[in-house]
Order: sequence, then structure tokens, then C-alpha cells
Amino acid sequence: MSIETRTSIVWDYAPAPESTDHIRLRDRYGIFENGEFREPRDGRYVPTINPATEEPLAEVAYGGPDDVAAAVQSARAAYPKWAALKDLERAKYLFRIARLIQERSRELAVVETLDGGKPLRESRDVDIPLAAAHFFHYAGWADKLRYGVNAREVSPLGVVGQIVPWNFPLLMAAWKLAPALACGNVAILKPAETTPLTALLLAEICQEAELPPGVVTILPGDGGTGATLVRAPGIDKVAFTGSTAVGRDIQAALAGTSTHLTLELGGKSANIVFEDAALDQAIEGIVNGIFFNQGHVCCAGSRLLIQESVRDEVIAKLWPRMGRLRVGDPMDKNTDVGAINSAEQLERIEVLVAAGEEEGATRRTIECELPERGYWFAPTLFTDVSPAHRIAIEEIFGPVVSVLTFRTQAEAIEKANNSRYGLAAGIWTDKGSKAFEVAGALQAGVVWQNTYNHFDPTAAFGGYKDSGFGREGGPAGLRPYLNIVR
Amino acid sequence: MSRLKVRKTYKLWIGGAFVRSESGRHDESDGFNYPRASRKDVRDAVAAARKAAKPWADRTAYNRGQILYRAAEALESRAGTMGVPREEVDASVDVLLHYAGWTDKIQPVLGGINPVAAPFLSFSLPEPTGVVGIVAPDAPPLLGLIAELSPALAGGNVCVAVLSENHPLPALDLAEALGVSDVPAGVVNLLSGRRRELATALGAHRDLNAILDAAGDAELSAELDRLAAETIKRVRHGEAARTYEDATSNALNRLETVTELKTAWHPVGA
Repeated sequence: MSIETRTSIVWDYAPAPESTDHIRLRDRYGIFENGEFREPRDGRYVPTINPATEEPLAEVAYGGPDDVAAAVQSARAAYPKWAALKDLERAKYLFRIARLIQERSRELAVVETLDGGKPLRESRDVDIPLAAAHFFHYAGWADKLRYGVNAREVSPLGVVGQIVPWNFPLLMAAWKLAPALACGNVAILKPAETTPLTALLLAEICQEAELPPGVVTILPGDGGTGATLVRAPGIDKVAFTGSTAVGRDIQAALAGTSTHLTLELGGKSANIVFEDAALDQAIEGIVNGIFFNQGHVCCAGSRLLIQESVRDEVIAKLWPRMGRLRVGDPMDKNTDVGAINSAEQLERIEVLVAAGEEEGATRRTIECELPERGYWFAPTLFTDVSPAHRIAIEEIFGPVVSVLTFRTQAEAIEKANNSRYGLAAGIWTDKGSKAFEVAGALQAGVVWQNTYNHFDPTAAFGGYKDSGFGREGGPAGLRPYLNIVR
Repeated sequence: MSRLKVRKTYKLWIGGAFVRSESGRHDESDGFNYPRASRKDVRDAVAAARKAAKPWADRTAYNRGQILYRAAEALESRAGTMGVPREEVDASVDVLLHYAGWTDKIQPVLGGINPVAAPFLSFSLPEPTGVVGIVAPDAPPLLGLIAELSPALAGGNVCVAVLSENHPLPALDLAEALGVSDVPAGVVNLLSGRRRELATALGAHRDLNAILDAAGDAELSAELDRLAAETIKRVRHGEAARTYEDATSNALNRLETVTELKTAWHPVGA
């Protein structure tokens, strides 16, 4: 049999939907306060929907001002005992949470995908294992804080208010809670309005771990809840992950107060492909960099910078590769690109993509069958993009990549840094000395060489410039939650 | 009807297997016979450890941490059966937990980037030293061993331990806990018997990289120093850990003894 005959056989995928049999969601989730779920004080519940079907999954409380005040009160009451707990005992609670996340991993992965629209393959293989690993890592720091920050004496900050986004709901909750608790703080976490469910399952896990009441509060709600929380008296530190616009509001709101603040905001990260890169490997990195999690990734490689000499070759490889992406049911284990998280986000993507076309860039969107209900956007490639185009400047936060070109290394660095943002960057070259030189010149908090979108609890993550300040992960992630006494 | 109890046959733990001493010798403790290991058993144990060393070192720090945590879980679940006071088991579990948390902290704490005055990226990274011999104290028989074992394992090393001479059973019981906790075969090897005979055989072994001596026997310590010099073994003499604090407050010192530092240079630009 000739090779030709063999490769001409079309192997189509059969549907491989994950089962939801063992998932038991409550009809309603209240606020997790003082170790128990309770009704919101103004009785307000809002349904959270599955963005792939637009079907409601459960009703979730919206925390109002009275709920915020009560949450702060119960957190303040829990703080002295938690902070005074022997550090290894604090570690044990975090180890328990890590273990419980591992034990309930299937449930958490399925709920994450139902509530947020991301492919199950990603929630199962990335979000949930990394969330457990994050708790495990910071559990290990709880009794080693002084080693982590090179101090002789440290103390926690107190009550921290934490706001997380909808793109990695449980993982971002883990990034926030694990270091805060390890350092002896107590936390009030507000999950995103469209994806509150896994944080509420995490509240159940806190109960199962017998975490003392008030140490963790899960306060679901919308932007208004968050705005009240960050301004609430009795909050010693705010940690926010989300858009630069909201981050700016929070920083302004805290002006003149002694409240500590860290911000992890948006990005428009450059993924730079040099002519000496292993191009097939780079193609996979480009695809992973921008289409991972529908491009709902703050560090997504949304500006693809290709050296002119290989520009045509890269596009010639990238475009057919994009055509092989499987877009659709996030619960299908073969899906690469799932649902857009919300109608609102879909509209934002559509507005910016339209602007790209209007401003003269060339748009290519892959042809694929999209489900009738739900929010979808097919992977899209823009070429002929100028640095002044909106799609080269603004964060789209969707499966849309803008291609720019460069001739020299200096031009690549200049173009990469020509952004208000500075979260991440990718470098594709087989020459190590060049990669390290470019990495040193980039104004970005994370630089990946010949890989992209890699995360690990031991590795600091965070931005330069408008992408925020403060780091999460590793020993650097302890500093935002500690006073160094001496 | 009365039921006759099934007694446990105590055995050495070498290469993941429960084995009798090749010498066939035995001693007695608390009404049980246990093997009196020989120099040949020491050699077998070092060979088993060497075989296990690279795969263990190659595991991710996260994975090694998970396995040590699993060992703590397994030990906690056997707390009532270890033949030592509950407080000693508790402290042992806590020490395992403490070092389970160290596996992925050793590199950031002991390693780093060197700000060299030239266009190079220079970094120094800790690596496991290899096969570590342990001479455990007589007392406390469990905690005294765990205090030496845990940092060595956390650092990615494999161990051959000579157990408490007058109270070896708790440590032989520990083998059963470790044996069900994903600790790969050969990563920990436990030998009961006469300390001086076994420790000197271990100290003289040319394929051992380090020796941790907590026996508190000055004459033996000096002999181990002399033996170590032959193959430039790393040696740490310490007192028997009697509390959790004893075993953890000097964690960095314990970890450094079983760690090599490797500095790598990489050009930046041109």
C-alpha cells in the first residue's frame, strides 16, 4: 500500500461527550460566610447559565452591601486565631484542600466546563490539576515563610479581599486563596458573575476540610459586589485579576488608604517567531498561545510577530492547522475551542473584529459548523495588520490572532514592547543566546521560549506596565500577603 | 473458641522487597526475632539504592512531594501500631509533612541566578547528591530515623539506613507504611542489626555519596569520618532528633548536606 492511499483515508471523530451523571448541583447557592451557606440579605439570586447551551445551571446569590459588611465582620473575627495557628497546622488545612480538589477532580472539571464553556480537556488536564498543585505548593510554604522571603520575622496582613475573573475560575481562586491562607491571612473571595459555581464547590471543600469558619468567605456577585468589597472598611489587602479598566478603578479607589494592592490585568502579548525557529513546533505554540481557552487568556499570544523572511511559510502552515481545530461542544473530549464565556464577551469580540476589517486588515475565519444555541466565535486570523490598528492594540480576549511582521531583532523587540501592556511574550528561535537576549529586552512579566501558556505553582506570574503589579506563584507570590517585620 | 495469633516475621527492606538477612542471623527484640543484617546485605542495599537513584531524582519535585505526603498519610493511619508513643508518631508524620513541602522549595531557596559581570545567564541549581547512608540513633527509634530520612528524600536522594540497634521494630514497621505509599522500590532501604558492623560497612562503601550520622557514638563518628575520606563522602553528624523542632529547625543545613550545587553558564546575545 502506498503512503498516498494510506493518508487519503479520512478518520473523522465520533462524538465523545463527557458524562454529567455524577454531578449534583444544588438548585441554589447562597453566600459562603462564617463556614456556612446562607441566603443573601436582600434575597437576590441570579441564574448562572451554560454558555454552550444558554440553559440555566443553578441560581446563585448576589452579595449586596450588607453581605459585604457581614463577610468582613466574620473574616475579622476569624483572623486572630488563624494567624496565631501553628504554621504546620495551617499547612495541613491547605494540604487537605489540595487533596480534596484532587479527589473531586472530575466533578470540578465538569462543572467548570458547564459553567464557563471551556473545553473539558482543558478543565480536566489544566485548570483542576493546577489548582490542586497550587494549594499543595503553598501548603508547603506555610511553615517556611521566612525562607521564602529571606526575612527573620514575618506577619500576615489581615483580611484580604480577592476578585477573580471568569476565564480560569477555580484556578484563579486557588492562585488567590492558597498564598493568602498560607501566609496567615483570612480571605473573602468574589468569583466572577458568569462562573461562580466551582468557587462555591470550593466552599464545600473548605467545609469538608474543616477549615475554621470565617477563614474563607465566598461572596458571589457582580461588579457592584466587587466594587463594594474593595472599598469596605476592614479590608487590609485587595488582590484583583481582571480587566485593566477595573484595575485602574480599584487603584484609584484605594488612593490615600493603607490598603495593600496587587493587580493582574490585561495583556496584548507578543509571540515572536524568528526565521531560525523550528517552524512546525512554532505553529503548535502559536495555536496553543492564542486558541487555548478560546483566547480568554490574559497572557494569550494575540500579537503574532513573524520575521518577514518566513512570514509566508508560517501563514501557509498556520492557516491549515487552524482549519483542523475542532470548535463546538465543550463537553466533548475532542473539542479544541469551546464556547465564548458570555453574550457580552461575544459582542466585545465581534466589535473588535469588525473594527479590524474596517481598518483594512485581512480577515480569515475558519469554516466550521457551530451549534445553534450558545455563544460561539470561530478561530480567526488577521494579516496585513498595522501597529496602529485596534486589533493590534486592544485586548480582544477571544480566538483572534493579529499578525505583524519585522525584519530585524531590534525591530521585533521594539514592536513587542510597543504596547501599554506587558504581561507575557513568546520567543521562537533555536538560538539560545538570542532568546535570552530578546527575553532580557522585553517588557513582559513572563517570557516563554519555544513554548507558550505554561503555568506552574512554583513560577511567578504577573505583569509589567498596564498589565498590573505583584506576582503570583513561587516565593514571589508570598510577598503580596506578608509584612516583613525585620 | 480461642484463636491463635499470627505473628509477624520481621524482615529487612531492600529494593522494595521484604527479605531475610542473607546471613540467616537474627536478634531478638520485644519478643520478636528480627534479622541481623550483614555486610553483604549492606552491599545489596546500596546496589538497590543506586538503581533507584536516577528515576527518583528525575521525578518532578511536585511528584516527590506528593509521595512524601502520601507517606505521611500512610504513617498517620498506622499511628496506633508503630510500637512507639503516639507523640513520637505524630511528630514523625509532621516531619514528613514538613519535608514533603520542601521538595519544590529547595531550588528557589538554595539556588539562584548569578549576576555575573559579563553577557551570560549564569545560574546555580541544587541537585541530589545521590545515595545517602543513614546511621539512625537508638532513640527515638522512629522519629530519629524519619528526621534523617525525610530531608534526604525531599532533596531527591535515595537512602540506606542502619536502624536503631536496641529498638529496631518501629522502623521495620515503617517499611510497611512506606511500602504502601508510592515510594518506589529501592528509594528507601532499611537494615536492622549491629550498628558498628553495618555502619562501617556502609561508610566504607565506595558507591555511597553521603552519610548522615545521628547515632551519637563518638568513636563510630570518628571512624565514619576516616572511611568517608576515602571517596570524599559528604558527612553530617547530628544529635538524635527528639522533637519536631529538632528535625525541622535546621532544615536548610540538613538539605544542604545532601545537595550538590551546579552552576550553568549560557551566553546572552552574540
